[in-house]
Amino acid sequence: MSEFLQHIANTLILGGTYALLGIGLTLIFGIMRVVNFTHGELYTFGAYFVFLISSVLGLNFLLALPVAIIAGLVLGALIELLLLRPMRGADIDTTMLVMIGAMIVMQNSEQLVWGGVAKSVSTPFPETPLVIGPVSVSYLRVFVLVMALLLIAATYVLINRTKLGKAMRATFQDRDTAALMGVNVRAIYTATFAIGSSLAAAAGALLGPAYVISPHMGDIASLKAFAIVILGGLGNITGAAIGGFILALAEELGAGYVSSGYRDAMGFLIIIAVLLIKPTGLFARAERIG
Amino acid sequence: MTAIVPALTIEHVAVHFGGLVAIADMNFVVNGGELLSLIGPNGAGKTTAFNVITGFLKPSKGEVRYRGTSLNGLKPHQVASLGLVRTFQRTSVFRAHSVFDNVLTGLHLSGRSNLLDTLLRLPRERASEQELHDAAWEILTLVGIDKQAHELAGALPYGDQRLLGVALALAAKPSMLLLDEPVSGMNASETGRFMRLLAKLRDRGMTILLVEHDMPMVMGVSDRIVVLNYGRIIAEGPPAAIREDPEVIRAYLGQAGAKRAAHA
Amino acid sequence: MRRFVPVIVVALLATVPLWLGDPYILNAFITTGIFTIAAMSLNLLLGYTGQLSLGHVAFFGIGAYVSALTALGFDVELFDGFHVVHEPWPVIYGFILAIVIAGLCGYLVGKLSFRVRGAYFVIVTISFAEVVRLVALNWVELTQGPLALTNIPPVTLGLPGIGYANLYGKTGNYYLVLGVGVIAYVVIKHLVQSRIGRAMIALKENESLALSVGINVTRYLVLAAIVSAAIAGAAGSLYAHYLRIIDPDIFLFLYTVTMVIMVITGGKGTLAGPVVGGALFGAIPVIVRSFAAPEVQWILYGAFMIAIIFVLPQGIVPAIERWFAPRPSKKQLVASQSSVSAE
Repeated sequence: MSEFLQHIANTLILGGTYALLGIGLTLIFGIMRVVNFTHGELYTFGAYFVFLISSVLGLNFLLALPVAIIAGLVLGALIELLLLRPMRGADIDTTMLVMIGAMIVMQNSEQLVWGGVAKSVSTPFPETPLVIGPVSVSYLRVFVLVMALLLIAATYVLINRTKLGKAMRATFQDRDTAALMGVNVRAIYTATFAIGSSLAAAAGALLGPAYVISPHMGDIASLKAFAIVILGGLGNITGAAIGGFILALAEELGAGYVSSGYRDAMGFLIIIAVLLIKPTGLFARAERIG
Repeated sequence: MTAIVPALTIEHVAVHFGGLVAIADMNFVVNGGELLSLIGPNGAGKTTAFNVITGFLKPSKGEVRYRGTSLNGLKPHQVASLGLVRTFQRTSVFRAHSVFDNVLTGLHLSGRSNLLDTLLRLPRERASEQELHDAAWEILTLVGIDKQAHELAGALPYGDQRLLGVALALAAKPSMLLLDEPVSGMNASETGRFMRLLAKLRDRGMTILLVEHDMPMVMGVSDRIVVLNYGRIIAEGPPAAIREDPEVIRAYLGQAGAKRAAHA
Repeated sequence: MRRFVPVIVVALLATVPLWLGDPYILNAFITTGIFTIAAMSLNLLLGYTGQLSLGHVAFFGIGAYVSALTALGFDVELFDGFHVVHEPWPVIYGFILAIVIAGLCGYLVGKLSFRVRGAYFVIVTISFAEVVRLVALNWVELTQGPLALTNIPPVTLGLPGIGYANLYGKTGNYYLVLGVGVIAYVVIKHLVQSRIGRAMIALKENESLALSVGINVTRYLVLAAIVSAAIAGAAGSLYAHYLRIIDPDIFLFLYTVTMVIMVITGGKGTLAGPVVGGALFGAIPVIVRSFAAPEVQWILYGAFMIAIIFVLPQGIVPAIERWFAPRPSKKQLVASQSSVSAE
């Protein structure tokens, strides 16, 4: 039982970050119909940013997260402007291939800059874990969960309470009508991709210090994000949030009770199962966001 | 005149899209060798009926039978292989291919080589291909677009593209042809050409279900007409009777027409 | 004239070992050839049926593992006390089994995943490849996991009674790859220039219209997946017996990407496309390695891929064809007519 509680605690911590990753991708997938293979690279980018700020430059660890988020926004906007905007009107497969090209360039650039050896980040949090009954969690991971939940909440507010969010929702429902209503669809696309990318960078910035940072950490992150998006239904933010926790739970239980080697297989098995049984996702309300 | 045999039977077919009723309760029969027209205002459910008959859409209720075989649950390609072949309302050809290759593709069901013949290009494959080539020329000549055989389908003038659509359908060796607004957008001479083709097909004993807006044409070629409005059949009969039917006139001319009729 | 181009190319390729002294370059030719075969098989799905399968490396890797394990033998305990023991078989059986089992996997994946299309299909295929990779990594008893399968025997050629020759050397492997490549090319050519191929192209261009003339869309998609997977399996088998060592990295997404880049760059849906793309992306590492790290090579791959999609979205081969034949429609037709009468 105590082992199970520990798994649940781990699930919550992992799930919060997965939810961030998934929400970022589902925004992009839902609004722009772009299968974003660079998502995992933004995640890696965020993680390396924390390494750069706190380990290389020796600045405050707490400064790293907001800087990584801003850097993710900028990089996301650049990708959209340089690669996706000229591709508007191309079919989904063609855009996907461009994004794969971008993914390869980004991943190998990271490897070129940082080398292939995994890095770890030292944090200001105490080494001794926080022990609550049978469950023990490091302070860093509590921080990760709290920040992830805060960012999820911020995204909700952004989508549901702001003018930009309203325009994004309108674009999601019907691009042409939104354009007629005066929404600057091009700007919304750029904003969507930038926000989605910054969420991925935030996820990387949070989870990176909790594990180790390597150039290839993005591969699996992209695919996990796809799993979460598919689980939650295309463009469904709540679905993606729940999907993040479900994937985390499946991985924890799979690793804990089946075999740790198959931890990463859980996401793919979920993808295959969901698409074959209910292709619209478990929480299908593909018609709206939020 | 041979005995009248029902070819296509539509019984109590209903189609609902969510809460929307596209077809309420449709019943009609197309007899073998007959040309039956399905008419009605826009949104009356004609194309929906086509989609149900040819397996592109599952009816919410009811049954469609072709020569005694129930079509319920059959996929479009299975319906086609039974000899029931449709054309599409929007111009539908393989645009990036030559006219000839289009028809060759349409002849799919006539091929008789198997995978092994194909992979090794055995004599049977070559013989089958030769037959298909001959058959393609025959169809192009019948439809009257053999001179354009070498041209790209997407580059044909509009009327010829519509004819190619019919040629594609004919290539599937139909015993019954369903034509969805075949002359819409054609000019007078193209329509004339099409009507001559229709006459040729009828001479060969083809059963035809026609959906069309061009009233002079419908009145000219149909044996019988079924009139659909808001998903219901409101009239059925030979052209002369349909022309006089007050409900048809009301449906077609709408409020304005009814007023005009009242004033007259 | 165009009909002789492939013959001339094969004749020229056949002379390569006669004048090429550098074993490194010959090695590059062999691995490029193997990946070109895989790219040709991917082109059948991607180019002709229009389905972007990004899990293609799974079939390649399955072919490699099946072939290697058939030749090496294994002893696996499935559950308590129940062993599956396989004694080593000659390599040729491994090659055949690789084709059959990869084809079978193609059938299963096709049957299941063609229920979803577009982005979902892509993600299902990637997931399939990742699951297979994780199995190869974790089923250590069978695959040695990350320790790799080593000492895989080379291909043996020969006839009973006459004698056998082991293809340890590069020259032998080169001709083997060339031979399999030619066979794969001819098989794909026969397939796509037939009624079956027309059905595949038709369902890519206009699925409703294809259905309306009686083409069973699912059937031809699955058929394409089977043939495509089987050829990829053959390529994987060649790879295993040439390198003589394989590990789970054979399933890396980057290998799928390599095949995709070859197809897209050369021209998807053309017979020559994957060959041209394969040659190009086989040459890049050879040229680049003298002055740059592997990461730079990959960055160039990625940048090249983006550039091609922006500049030549149809790929190189269609661009060349357009250059030489301003009215391709007529030529194509004459070619397709004469292909029947001339043979």
